[in-house]
Amino acid sequence: MDLSFVAIQALNGLASASSLFITACGLTLVFGVTRIVNFAHGSLYMVGAFTAATLVPWMLELWFGPVSFWLGIVISALIVGLLGVVIEVLLLRRIYGAPELFQLLATFGIVLVLQDLVVQIFGPQDILGPRAPGLRAPVEILGRRFPSYELVLIAAGPAVLAAVWFVLRKTRFGTLIRAATQDREMVAALGVNQALLFTGTLFLGAFLAGLGGALQIPRVAANTGMDLSIIAECFVVTVVGGMGSVPGAFLAALIIGQLQAFGILIFPKSTLVVVFLLMAVVLAIRPYGFFGRPEILGGTHAVGIASRKPMARGTLLATIGIVLLACLPLIGDPYLLKVATEILVFALFAFSLQLLIGVGGLVSFGHAAFFGLGAYGSALTVKWLGAPMEAAFPAGLLLAALGAALIGAFVVRLSGIYLAMMTLAAAQILYAIAFQWVEVTGGDNGIVGVWPSNWVAGRSAYYLLTLALTVITVLFLKKIIESPFGYALRAARDSEPRAEAIGIAVRQQRWLAFILAGAGAGIAGSLYAFSRGSVDPSLLGIPTSVDALTMLLLGGIQTIAGPLAGSAVLHILRDQIMPLTSLWRLFLGLSIIGMVLVFPRGLVGTIRQWGEDRA
Amino acid sequence: MAKTSMTGWLALGVALALGASAAQAQTAPIKIGELNSYAKQAAFTVPYRDGWRLAVEEINAKGGVLGRPIEVISRDDGGTTGDATRVADELVTREGVSLLFGSFLSNVGVAMADYANQKKIVYIAAEPLTDAITMAQGNRYTFRIRPNNFMQVGMLVEQAKASGAKRWAIVAPNYEYGQSAAAVFKRLIKESVPGAEIVAEQYPALGKIEAGATVSALEQAKPDGIFNVTFGPDLTQFVREGNTRGLFEGKTVLSLLTGEPEWLLPLKDEVPEGWIVTGYPWDEITEPKHKAFVDAYRAKYNDTPRLGSLLGYMVLYMIRDTIERAGSTDTDAIIKALEDAKFDTVAGTVTMRGIDNQSSMGAWVGKLVLKGKSGGMSDWKYNDGTSYMPSEAEVKAARKD
Repeated sequence: MDLSFVAIQALNGLASASSLFITACGLTLVFGVTRIVNFAHGSLYMVGAFTAATLVPWMLELWFGPVSFWLGIVISALIVGLLGVVIEVLLLRRIYGAPELFQLLATFGIVLVLQDLVVQIFGPQDILGPRAPGLRAPVEILGRRFPSYELVLIAAGPAVLAAVWFVLRKTRFGTLIRAATQDREMVAALGVNQALLFTGTLFLGAFLAGLGGALQIPRVAANTGMDLSIIAECFVVTVVGGMGSVPGAFLAALIIGQLQAFGILIFPKSTLVVVFLLMAVVLAIRPYGFFGRPEILGGTHAVGIASRKPMARGTLLATIGIVLLACLPLIGDPYLLKVATEILVFALFAFSLQLLIGVGGLVSFGHAAFFGLGAYGSALTVKWLGAPMEAAFPAGLLLAALGAALIGAFVVRLSGIYLAMMTLAAAQILYAIAFQWVEVTGGDNGIVGVWPSNWVAGRSAYYLLTLALTVITVLFLKKIIESPFGYALRAARDSEPRAEAIGIAVRQQRWLAFILAGAGAGIAGSLYAFSRGSVDPSLLGIPTSVDALTMLLLGGIQTIAGPLAGSAVLHILRDQIMPLTSLWRLFLGLSIIGMVLVFPRGLVGTIRQWGEDRA
Repeated sequence: MAKTSMTGWLALGVALALGASAAQAQTAPIKIGELNSYAKQAAFTVPYRDGWRLAVEEINAKGGVLGRPIEVISRDDGGTTGDATRVADELVTREGVSLLFGSFLSNVGVAMADYANQKKIVYIAAEPLTDAITMAQGNRYTFRIRPNNFMQVGMLVEQAKASGAKRWAIVAPNYEYGQSAAAVFKRLIKESVPGAEIVAEQYPALGKIEAGATVSALEQAKPDGIFNVTFGPDLTQFVREGNTRGLFEGKTVLSLLTGEPEWLLPLKDEVPEGWIVTGYPWDEITEPKHKAFVDAYRAKYNDTPRLGSLLGYMVLYMIRDTIERAGSTDTDAIIKALEDAKFDTVAGTVTMRGIDNQSSMGAWVGKLVLKGKSGGMSDWKYNDGTSYMPSEAEVKAARKD
C-alpha cells in the first residue's frame, strides 16, 4: 500500500464522514430537545435527495451555473425542513405526553407513509442528479485523480459544524435548545414557549437531514432504499458520539468514515459489520458514548405491566380461548390456518419482548436478534447436520438463549436509550454476519429446504403444534412474570436504586430476563422457519425488531394479553391491506399513526381503561 | 389444481342453474400467479409488468386460451426470500392459481424454486439469472427463460479473448447473483485466456456500494481488465466515480446487463463508452415481429420498452402456448408441454431444454456508445443461447434430480 493510495482512501473516508455528520447532527439535535428517537430522520434524508435530484436539473435548465446548483440544494433542504414542521405540528405535538416508545412507533409510521409517497411523487426510477457545475473535473492529488466535489463535501462537514455551533452558542434559540437538552422540565417551568422551541428544533433537524440528502445527488442516485440504510448509520453516529452531543457526532462520523474506507481493503466482504462493531465496543467501554451524559430517567420511562388482581374469570376465559383456537382447523381453509400460524408465532415473539420491556423496563430495539438466532439455529442444524425438525427445535432454542446470554451480559450494564441502541447494534452485527458469512449462512440467499417432519407436514398439524408450543411458552412466561423474580424485575424497573437497596441484584436479574426472553423469541423463530421452509437475514433486520415493538405497543404494554392482541391486529391488517393495493405501506403507516393517536395505552390497555372509567 | 377445477365445476353448475349459456360458464378465467419486487426493483419490474399486461390484453382480445380468458394475479414479493414464499403461498392456497411466474433477485428465485419443488407447482423464473436455479437447486417444477450467468458470461468472455487482458478485477454485488456470476467468470476466463489471473475482487452489499473507496481499491490493483456485475443504483455510482477517477481508461471492461435500457438510461450522458456488455438495443432490431411489439408497447404506454418489457411480454405468450398445448391447467400436463418445447417468440425461436429446464433465449452483445444524450449499443449481435448452455454432462453432475 503506497502513501498516495492511503491518502486518497483517507479522503474518501472524510467525504463520507462529512455527509454522514450533516445528517446525523440533525438527529442528535432533535433527540436532545424532544427526547424522540426519530426513525423518520432517514426518510427526510431520502426526501431531500429526491427533491434535489428533481429540482436542481430543472433549475440548471433555467440558468446553468454554480449559483442555481447550490441554490437548488438549499431550497430542497428548506422544503424538507418545512416537512419536518408539518410532522411536528400535525403529529408529534400531540404525543409528547405519551410514553417515549409510542413516539418512536409514530415516527416509524411516518417512515412507511413517506416510502410510498416518495414513489408516488417522484416515480419508481432511481434518479441520479447532475454534477455540480465547475466541479466536474477531478483534481490531481499525489498523482491520483480525486473528484473535486468530494473536496467540497469534506469542507461542508466542518462548515455545518461551525454553523450549528454558532446557532447553539450565539443565538437565543440556541441557548434554549441547549437548556432543553439539559433539563426540559426546567425550561418549561421558566415559561419558555415549548411548542415554538420544538417546532424550531424539528425544522432545524429536518433541514439538516434534507441538506445531507441533497448534497448526495451528484455521487449517489436517489433511491427508495436510502432511508433505512442511512438511519442505521445515523443511530450509530449519534450513540457513539453521545446522544444530543453535536461535537460527539462529528468525531464519531470521522471515525466511521475512515473505518469504512479502510475496512473494505481488509475485509472486502464484511463492510456492514465494522460500523456496528465499533458501536458495541464504544458502548462497552463508555456506556454513554464519547460525550454523552447519563440520562435522568423521567416518569414516562417506567411504563409497563402494572400489578393488579387477576381477573375473576381469567382462567376460564383463557381456556375457552385456547379451545376455540384448537378447533380452528375444523372450519378454516389452508390459507386461514397459515395466517393463524403466523399470528401465533408473532404473538409469542411479541410476548417474549413484553418480559423485557413491560416487566423489566429494558427497551430492546434488537429483539429480532433472538428471533433470527432461533430460526438460524434450527435451519443450520437441518442444513449442516441433516437433523430432523425434532432436533432442530432445541438447537434453535439453545442458540437463541446463548446469544441472549452473551448480548445480555453487555447490555445490562447500560440503561435507557443506550441500552436500546446496544441491542440494536447486537442485532445488526448478527444481521451482518448472516448476510455476509456466505459460506455458512448462505448470505442473502438464506437457507432453504427447512421443512417440518412428516407428522406435522400438514397445515392443520403444524398449526396445532404452533398453538401448543405458543400456549405452553406463554403460560410459562406468565408464571415467571407473576413470580417473585417478575416482581424483582418490576421493582428494578420502577426504581433501580431502591431495588438495589433492598438487596436485589439488578444486573443479574436483568441478565436472566434477557436469557428467558431470548429463548422465548428463539422458539418463535424456529416455528417461523419451519412454517416458511426458509430463513434469510431479514429475520434479523431492523424491520423485524420494529414489528415486535409495534405489536407490543399496539396491543398495550401494561397488560399481559396486549402483545397477543397486537400481533393479531397488525398481522390481519397487513394481510388484508397488502393484496388490495400497492400503497399498503401508506395505509399501514397511517393505521399505526392513527392507533397511536386514538389508543395511547395500546388496544387492550385503552379498552381496559374505558371499562375502569365506567366502573 | 384440484381447487380450481372444483371452482370451475361449481361455477358451471351455478351458471346452468341460472339458465345462462354454457359458453359463458366456460369463460371462468384461468388464474396465473405472478410475484415481483415492484417496490424495491421498480426500474426493471415496472416495465416488465407493463410488458405482461400488454400481452394479457392482446391474448384476451383474441379469445384467451382454451376458450377462457387469462387472469394474472400479481403481488409484490418484497425482494426477500421469506416474503416471496409467503406471497406465493397466498397465491396458491387462497387464489388457487395454476402456475407461478416472476421474481427478480436471484436469491428470491432460488427460494421460489425450492418452494415450487416442495408444493409441486410450476414456477417460471423469468428473470433471476443465477445458475443455481437450473443447476444445483434445479428441479422438475422450475423453469427459466433468461439466459443464465453461465451463458451470458460465456458470451462476454468470448469477446475478451481478443483484448489480450490478463490481469482481471471483479466487482460484484455480494448476493447470489453476483457470487454466481463472479464464480463463472473466474472459471471461464482461466479456461479461455491462458495465464489470466484475478488481481482484485470487490463485493459491495447490494444497494450499498461505497463507490469512491471501491474504485480506488480496484485502481490500486492495476488490472488491465474489469468484470462488472453491479446494476441499478450501485452501477450508476460506480460508473460516475470510475469516470471521474479515470478507472476505465485503457482497460477492457466486461459488464453484465449494462446495455439494458433500464440500467443504461439512468447513466444519461455519462455512459462509459467501449464497455463490452450484454443488453437490449430495442430500437435497432429489425425483425417485423419485434417491431410490432415495440409499436404496440409505445402506443399503449407512451414510453420506450426496456428489456423487462420484452421479457414480461414473451413470458406470457410462452405461458399461453404452454397451456394451449397442455390442454389443461394440470401441473403434470403443463410440465410435459414445457419440456423440450419450441416457442416462437418476439425474440426469435426459443427451446426449453428438458434436461435442466433452461430456455435457449439468447442475449444481445455489443459495445456501449453515447448516442446523443444517452447511451446505446454499437457493433451488437444477437447470440442464440443454444451454443452457450452448460453441457449435458455438467448439468447431470450438478442437478440432484
